[in-house]
Amino acid sequence: MPDWGLEEHWQSDCNRLPSMSGRSETRSESRFGHARGSKANSSESADVRFEHITKRFGDAYAVADLNLEVHAGEFFSLLGPSGCGKTTSLRMLGGFEEPTEGRVLIGGEDVTDLPPYRRDVNTVFQTYALFPHLDVYQNVAFGLRRQGVDKSEIKRRVGEMLEMVDLPGFDRRQPAQLSGGQQQRVALARALVNQPKLLLLDEPMSALDAKLRRQMQVELKRIQSQVGITFIYVTHDQEEAMTMSDRLAVMWHGKIEGMGTPKDVYDNPTSEFVATFLGASNLLGGKIVRSEDNRTTVLTDSGVEITVPSERVPDLSMTSVKVGVRPEKIDLVPEGSERAPGHNILRGRVRVSTFTGVGNQYIVETESGVEVTVYAQNIGTQFAPRSGDNVVLTWPEEHTFTVRPLVGNIEINELEGD
Amino acid sequence: MEQLVPTDHPGSLNKRRSGGSFAKKIAPYVLSLPAGVWLVLLFIVPLGSMLIMSLETCSPASGACVMTWHWGELPSIVNLYRGQFFTSLYFAALATLFDLIISFPIAYWIAFRGGRRKNFFLLMLLVPFFVSFVIRTIVWEFVLSNNGVVLHTLKHLHLMPQGFHVLGTGVAVVAGLAYNYLPFTALPLYVALERIDQRVLEAAYDLYASKRVGFMKVILPLTVPGIYAAFLLTFIPAFGDYVNQEILGGTANTMIGTVIQNEYTSAGDYAGGASLSLVLLAVSLVGIFLYARVLGSRTIEQYL
Ligand SMILES: Nc1ncnc2c1ncn2[C@@H]1O[C@H](COP(=O)(O)OP(=O)(O)O)[C@@H](O)[C@H]1O
Ligand SMILES: [Mg+2]
Repeated sequence: MPDWGLEEHWQSDCNRLPSMSGRSETRSESRFGHARGSKANSSESADVRFEHITKRFGDAYAVADLNLEVHAGEFFSLLGPSGCGKTTSLRMLGGFEEPTEGRVLIGGEDVTDLPPYRRDVNTVFQTYALFPHLDVYQNVAFGLRRQGVDKSEIKRRVGEMLEMVDLPGFDRRQPAQLSGGQQQRVALARALVNQPKLLLLDEPMSALDAKLRRQMQVELKRIQSQVGITFIYVTHDQEEAMTMSDRLAVMWHGKIEGMGTPKDVYDNPTSEFVATFLGASNLLGGKIVRSEDNRTTVLTDSGVEITVPSERVPDLSMTSVKVGVRPEKIDLVPEGSERAPGHNILRGRVRVSTFTGVGNQYIVETESGVEVTVYAQNIGTQFAPRSGDNVVLTWPEEHTFTVRPLVGNIEINELEGD
Repeated sequence: MEQLVPTDHPGSLNKRRSGGSFAKKIAPYVLSLPAGVWLVLLFIVPLGSMLIMSLETCSPASGACVMTWHWGELPSIVNLYRGQFFTSLYFAALATLFDLIISFPIAYWIAFRGGRRKNFFLLMLLVPFFVSFVIRTIVWEFVLSNNGVVLHTLKHLHLMPQGFHVLGTGVAVVAGLAYNYLPFTALPLYVALERIDQRVLEAAYDLYASKRVGFMKVILPLTVPGIYAAFLLTFIPAFGDYVNQEILGGTANTMIGTVIQNEYTSAGDYAGGASLSLVLLAVSLVGIFLYARVLGSRTIEQYL
């Protein structure tokens, strides 16, 4: 049992605020004010390490030589298409699956061979997996009872937890009488009430509708910052992962394709899969022709030179690369414009122009026949070409990235998630 | 244009609608007619005639019965065969208990470890029961007989005294009952266990339950309706059974089923037989009623 060091704080505040709702920001801040402060204290949240983890089912690799480090108190997401090995990775952390090779460390301790009930880890399952024969109170109290916490303490902690997930007064409801969102919050309360060092969440929002999903994302983020424990969050929804995580890892075919803060991974993807899975990218195949003064030049297959800062090339010894730019980083300027210093340019003709409200989406066919997508914000001041117009596409060199080309294909359904 | 005509004549439209709703109203009754007729002819009528018969007085010589509104028949005959009632209760309860103990691990193993071959294992469990009830019981008679495989071998190895016998004792009857009704225990248990979501069990382990606690706090509570259904489906027929007692049991330890059979066949006392049958029926109904009260009437159907 980790000592959260929040105990007295919760208690004293409970006495002061008997009718706390946990909804108002100021109140919850004051209730859990210490949580953030003591987060650095690793007795309450743990760091996680995967060392060369491989998991095979028969001959098939679900996870292949995975190395991962999650810092204590972090909100970390494992993002990837369905079937890429996210759940398997999480189950190895929870103790439900034994790695074929490698070690799992939680809080510095090797837990590879420990059964689930001996790990200071709790899980929110994809299907919630509430106990159907127990009511909400008994569901939430289950873990505390197993640990031999005394009755009055259980009562207090379960009560507080149900307040925190905004389900006060639901004690005697049966799981079957709850909506999906309510069940999800019970599952969250049931895990968090044990004050684990690490909380694992396996696509907890996948059964909720879009609106509730948005609401629960905010709620979950709030709860995580209050309790300050490490969250490992599995999702196939890239937007969800980007908005919620401190850091994330993009997985594909049992491997990590990219890892870092959402901004880093988005702005500087290091693999073609990440560039396509996380947001949209324009990618042009080519070869590195020279590299000097921290600038690397790629000659695209269509014969245009594109310059990239050298630190944005994952491996300068690659010969074949793909050079990329995000659609929103490109500016459209009138035909005949010259190349500005520090910028890359392409010339082409607008094929489709679509007004989307927040902006315009253009599909531009470049001279070499490659199609490039451009998003322009609807701020009313830019050059607004129509389809058929000749244009020049331009973007700063530092918004260009290069990736190693994929071997094989990304299947469409992998990009859509499930 | 033509499609708009009905709205100009709301009367005709209403007529059509009410015609439709009449057909709709009677459809359930028409559909339930075969089952209803079946129920009335083969269940209500015999039950009623049995009730009437229990109030008649029959002449043992001719077998002819006349209605005498003899309400006293019920308590007096129950009192007369009190011992046999208790023997039946005792044997049926023991057999049910053994069946629960034997089939729980089997059902558990098939449900949790059977993998893709669950149906094959279930079939294996049921194969012996494709043979007729009476023949199976007679085979048991061979198995348990003094010179049968089991006893003969054990005696030959001097693991059992020479004079030891099983046939003709209560042990043989309970063994026969337990054997014959095993599928009625195993199947409802299997259904209950099979329905348990493995992820719920994993959630219990995640919440610090060891394997043993997970079993006690999750598997067992979720199996309770199945256990009770298994109990009813085994106990009730075993309680009224007479085949096992007649083939495997001796002259002592007569069960109530044998008494009823004798009342109808050799004694010719239809009134007595009918009264005893009614008491058996009442006992079963009390069991089902309790089940419905405790576990909800909805759950019972899932196991039958
Ligand atoms: N118990 C299992 N037996 C065999 N294959 C499995 C098992 N669990 C997962 N897999 C396989 O491992 C791969 C990864 O699965 P999973 O971790 O569930 O993916 P995700 O959660 O990312 O959708 C899939 O190809 C899946 O079919
Ligand atoms: Mg999954």
